[in-house]
Order: sequence, then C-alpha cells, then structure tokens
Amino acid sequence: MIEVEQLSKRFGSRLAVDELSFTVASGEVLGFLGPNGAGKSTTMKMITGFLRPTAGKARINGHDIQLEPLAAKRELGYLPEGAPGYGDMSVLQFLTFIADIRGLSGTQRQKRLDEVIGEIHLEDVLQQKIDTLSKGFRRRVGVAQAILHDPKVLIMDEPTDGLDPNQKHEVRNLIHGMAKDKIIVISTHILEEVEAVCSRAIIIAHGRLLADGTPEQLMARSRYHGAVTLELDNAGKAAELIGQLPEVAAVETNGDECRITALPKQGQSLMPTISRLLDQHRWPVRELHQQKGRLDEVFREVTGGAAA
Amino acid sequence: MNNIVILFKRELKAYFATPLAYVFIVIFLVLSGIFTFYLGNFYERNQADLNSFFIFHPWLYLFLIPAIAMRVWADERKTGTIELLFTLPITMGQAVLAKYLAAWAFVAIALGLTFPIWLTVNYLGNPDNGVILAAYVGSLLMAGCYLAIGVCISALTKSQVIAFIVGLTVCFLFTMSGFPLVLDFFRGWLPGVLVDMVASLSVLTHFQAISRGVLDLRDVVYFIVMIVAWLYACAIFIDMKKAD
Repeated sequence: MIEVEQLSKRFGSRLAVDELSFTVASGEVLGFLGPNGAGKSTTMKMITGFLRPTAGKARINGHDIQLEPLAAKRELGYLPEGAPGYGDMSVLQFLTFIADIRGLSGTQRQKRLDEVIGEIHLEDVLQQKIDTLSKGFRRRVGVAQAILHDPKVLIMDEPTDGLDPNQKHEVRNLIHGMAKDKIIVISTHILEEVEAVCSRAIIIAHGRLLADGTPEQLMARSRYHGAVTLELDNAGKAAELIGQLPEVAAVETNGDECRITALPKQGQSLMPTISRLLDQHRWPVRELHQQKGRLDEVFREVTGGAAA
Repeated sequence: MNNIVILFKRELKAYFATPLAYVFIVIFLVLSGIFTFYLGNFYERNQADLNSFFIFHPWLYLFLIPAIAMRVWADERKTGTIELLFTLPITMGQAVLAKYLAAWAFVAIALGLTFPIWLTVNYLGNPDNGVILAAYVGSLLMAGCYLAIGVCISALTKSQVIAFIVGLTVCFLFTMSGFPLVLDFFRGWLPGVLVDMVASLSVLTHFQAISRGVLDLRDVVYFIVMIVAWLYACAIFIDMKKAD
C-alpha cells in the first residue's frame, strides 16, 4: 500500500507538487499521467525517498519514507528517469552489486539474477559495459535492477521510453505478469500504454491532481465516449438524418466524406437508434463501431486549462 | 557496515576499470621520483633518510588529489546514479564514508607503490625506519585531508572541471595558511587569536611535524578532525544539492 498525504514540493518560488494525496492498493497498476513538468518525476522522487518533501507524507506499506527510510526503501524497487547505471561496470557486475546491496546472497542471489536476466533477455549483454549499451538495453537493465529483489512496490519513471515496439510489448507483458501481488506505479506520456497495462490512472498538471479513475472511467469523460462512427456511400444524407435524432449532440463528417461520427448527448446510447435508422433506409454500411472514448482528448481537456 | 564494504569494493574497482587509476599511479610515481632525485638531491645530500622524498608530497598531492576527488560526487550527480544510490536501502553516512574510503584506499595503494625508494635508502645506508614509517603515516593522513576537502567540493557541482579547480584552490589555501603570504592578508583586519587559528589550520605545518618522526597526538587529531568535518559538510551539501 502506498499512501501519499498532502505531499508538496517547492523549488524556490516554484511549487512543483501541490498537496497531492492518493493511495494505491496491492494489485493495482497505477499510471501517472501529466504533461512535461507536471510534477510526475518529482512526486516519484519524494515517494522513493530521494527528495525530501516540503510538506506532507508518503508511506510505503506503513513505513514513512522520511521517518523509516531504510525499511521503506527495502520494500521498493525504483527505476529513475533515464535509467541511470554505473557506466564503468558490466551489466552482470552492476546487477550483482545491486543484489548485494539489496541483501541477497548465495544461491538465492544466483537464482534471482538468473530469473531476472532471463525475464528481461539480458543474456547477450551481460559482459558489456553499461556505457556501451543501446538506449533500449540500458532501460532494460534499469528495469532489471528495480525488480531484482522482488519488491512489493515497484515505481518506474517512464519504463518504456526509448524502447522499440517489440521491447515495449515485452516490458508491458512483464508488468502484466507481476501485477497481481504488487503495487506498480508507472509514469508515462504514452496514452496507449495506460490502456494497455494500467488498472487505474491519475492525471496531474502543475503538481495538482486533476483526474483519478480507471482508464474506462477516464475515457467516459470524453465526448467521444459512446460515439458511433459509420462509413457508407450516401454519407451526406445519413449525416442529416442522424443529426435530427434526439439522442445526438453533434455529427462530425470526416475528411473523406464517407465517414461520419455521431456524438451522443450526455449519458445517451446511440447504437440502438442508429441501427434502427440504418435498417429503415437499407443503407449499405461498410463500417460501424462504437467508440470507448479517446484518452488523448480527455488528457488535453483535463490538462489544457491548467497548461494555459 | 556490510553496505559500506559492498559500496567500498564497487568504488575501488571502478578506479581500476578505467585508465584513470593507472595514469594517476604512473604520474604519481614518476613525479615523486623526479622530485626526490633532481629537486631533492637525494644522493648529493648523502644522508640515509627520505626527507627529500616526503618534502614534496604536499605539492604533489595539491594537484593530484583534487583530480581523484573531483569525480567522486560530481560524476554521480551528472549521470544521475545518485538517484539510484539514495533510493537503495543505504544511509547517507554509509554512502559518503564508503566512497571516501575507497578513494583514500586508492591513494594508499599509489603511496604504497613508492616502496622501492624505501628499499633503496635501506640498501644505501641505515636510515631510521621509525621516522620513515611515521612520515608515511603522516603523508597518508595528509592525503586523506586533501581528499576530504576535494570530495566535499565535488558534492557541490555536477562539473568535474569546476570541482577540480575549486578543490585545488581550497587545498592550496589550507596548505599555505601557515605562510606569511596568507597570514599577512588576515593580520590587517582579524584579531590575533583568529590569525593564530588560521595559522594552525595549515596542512603543511602538521605534516612537517609528523614527517620529522614525531607522531604528536595533536597533529593526528588535526588531520582526523579535518577529515570528519569536511565529510560531514559533504553529507550536508549532497542533501542540499541533490535535487538540482
């Protein structure tokens, strides 16, 4: 359990994090969203005990990070922004060093090293110095050191930044695999990632919490939530008729003239009435689907006001 | 304790993972040789002691120690590994001490490799090996003192070049503070007690006392207090500056 209470951080006159409060329970994968400079990394640095908060508290499984730092840090695995590592060490030396500091020893240490190296596919670069690794491998080494001691709480600052689509997929699978008995917090600007791995998302901007919910709940705030998109030949006529339906708030015609999107009024469901209309007129429809909502639009809407 | 050992080993190995260690050791040995034999007139003095060897150590250390110390924290801050380090379950004290001790151990290795000169003087005559041992201890303590200053300055900046230049300047002031050049500057406006205090802060006077073979407790205490004070300041600076 991570408990964050009224956490604030001030750098000079700039308030980077402003009385942020939230809790994360075991089994949750929390996506931390926000524009650049929103205070995501600063918040993570305070939760992991790197920075001292100006005010407020963070507790990791009941251990206050400021009052019992060692107990709290033992529960934590952390991937800092940019995945720093000691460049003069080989990957194996580095991971062994982290394992030693984490108090692993003997066969247990070897077992965990083998497991993690296998899971993250680091076999080919074990003897390579960290300085000479590609960005993707560096990031993977960073993830490896964070999960080495099988922590109950895993905090990762942009874990998939700089990875290619295959590597992203692997890291996401890894997160999925670990999710059930852990708390995982990841920060990202990649919104598809939130839909792919997170069970909950928090949007912050200017250090303040602006939205908190499951990805589905957040998407429900989009005006595209429940919107129906269809593609057909006589789109102009259809757009006109659909626009007259009482449930429809607006109809958007997409560029190529054949696709139209009908936006519902708050809380209304469009699919039944539109399909009835299509039946009546026997229009041949090439494509018909209902949208879940657009997270990027919600993100812009929620943070847009704050960024201005 | 265990954490200090693990960190210490990592740091010490890091010196030898790059050419830095070898370059430093070679330059240290070559320069100390040149100083001893050419400037110190080791042979011409015709005396069985290592005075002409130890007398140049303050000046050698003045340039070489800040070069070792500059990377200790500046590099850690520049590469961001400081964030990794301080989110591991270790304390500030353990980290500061382990990194410092590793650097000191490295200097001790370099100093230890000057043993041929001790063999030489024992081959040529019958020196007082007690005095030589005391001088080695004094030299190591002095190196530790310069190192603590340099490591502390290194925590203040991300730039190794700045850490080197500022570290060198501060070390220079602490070397020279017993000399009239510095004392005259203070004498104009500081009360006499404080001027005496400045004079007693000089690394040079304390080292010279030890290198004559007199291991006075006051000199040893001076070096230990200096080391502890600078390392304590180092921990405070790291805490203050790690955010930026």
